[in-house]
Amino acid sequence: MATVIIPTPLRKFTNQTSRLQVEAGTVGEIIEKITQDYPELKKHLMDPQGSLRSFVNIFAGDEDIRDLQEGKTPVNPSSIISIVPAIAGGTH
Amino acid sequence: MAIRDIQFSKEELARYNRHIIIPEFGEEAQLKLKAAKVLIIGSGGLGSPALLYLTAAGVGTIGIVDFDVVDDSNLQRQVLFDIHEIGKPKVEAARRRLEALNPHVRFILHNTHIHSGNALDIIKDYDVVADGTDNFPTRYLVNDATLLLDKPNVYGSIFQFEGQVSVFNYVNSRGERGPNYRDLYPTPPPPGLVPSCAEGGVLGVLPGIIGSLQALEVIKVITGVGEPLTGRFYTFDALNFESRTFKIKRREDNPVNGKNPVIRELIDYEQFCGMRAVEEKPVKEIGAKELYEWQVKGKKFSLVDVREPSEFKIVEIGGELIPLATVMDHADQIPRDIDVVVYCKSGVRSLKAIRELEEKFGFENLFNLKGGILAYIDQVQPELTRY
Repeated sequence: MATVIIPTPLRKFTNQTSRLQVEAGTVGEIIEKITQDYPELKKHLMDPQGSLRSFVNIFAGDEDIRDLQEGKTPVNPSSIISIVPAIAGGTH
Repeated sequence: MAIRDIQFSKEELARYNRHIIIPEFGEEAQLKLKAAKVLIIGSGGLGSPALLYLTAAGVGTIGIVDFDVVDDSNLQRQVLFDIHEIGKPKVEAARRRLEALNPHVRFILHNTHIHSGNALDIIKDYDVVADGTDNFPTRYLVNDATLLLDKPNVYGSIFQFEGQVSVFNYVNSRGERGPNYRDLYPTPPPPGLVPSCAEGGVLGVLPGIIGSLQALEVIKVITGVGEPLTGRFYTFDALNFESRTFKIKRREDNPVNGKNPVIRELIDYEQFCGMRAVEEKPVKEIGAKELYEWQVKGKKFSLVDVREPSEFKIVEIGGELIPLATVMDHADQIPRDIDVVVYCKSGVRSLKAIRELEEKFGFENLFNLKGGILAYIDQVQPELTRY
């Protein structure tokens, strides 16, 4: 099963779980499964049209899926899929 | 000053000896540091360690941008400041500490809020920018300004236990320009979706780590020693002690420096980040002084505090505590027959609560306390504890 890394800001929607194990063939299937299991994740990952939000990036290994085949990027059991949203903290 | 015109005094040679004896660094890299002008935007959590290390390392000129004053609640992570500086402008407190650390550095203070009207002017004279600000509009502003002025931008950002670092808009020795923030994140999240550190919190050591990494990258960018973190995006999860480095690339659709640029000057970043969404109905507001008048005159109204219990323990002004996350479940406790003032720390969460209550339950009697409990403390009861 592929491993999905959930970033800190989204862990409140996954019962504080930082890693999920998901059986899937593509990155798109992974997103579909985790948003089914954790419905609150959906509005943070997908826009109302169903596209990945532009302030969230998904990496397969160290590659941006926008440079691979986006949602169709294949995954295998050793794949590590990281969700990396924009965060802006610094001063206060 | 050109590098050939710079000479080190004996004191400086002694001070920088541990740099100079590193074979890959040497006096040449140290001279480049002295010739360099670095701008640190934000002197808080990230800016504190970055400023301390860059000053210690001997960067010749350091500019500091911050409009804020030192507050009690800063000292948990902003190691540049101490209890004697509370209430004083951060840039001045920073200079006092940094001049005591290294008298060979020149400091330029920008005690101002950076915005579209002044950003280019502030940034233009520096060689490198390090962005340690705390909100999306300023992140995009600094990004675009550094693109328009052709400066590298050493980016660091934190949230709770997680940090991010990258070097944006860096041109390597082969003349290849690296990606920037807009290539990574074309647009920011809508307001309220991602909490700020003021709302979400941050572990004090984390900005120490991430701000130090920014200082490291600034030094690499200036000296050309090593491989700057360009085209790569580093993330650190302090909770699991896991770090990852992702590859990032330039995008043709980047509106500032892509194939068909449409942004050729700085824009309204508050609007870009949805802070001034026009379609949103305005919420009724009340100022702290007006609220005080209501209290003094004995007007019949109700006060609701939507902060967290931990904040309530620090300071409260008599409101009924209903934390934002539970407001919808307790809507029946909020009266409809008299005016109700809703407040939080600074007015953002209470605005959200009012919008939700109006939308879902049709409330028409809610007022947002402008500037939150902090404004009330400042304007009405300065003896209360700020945080």
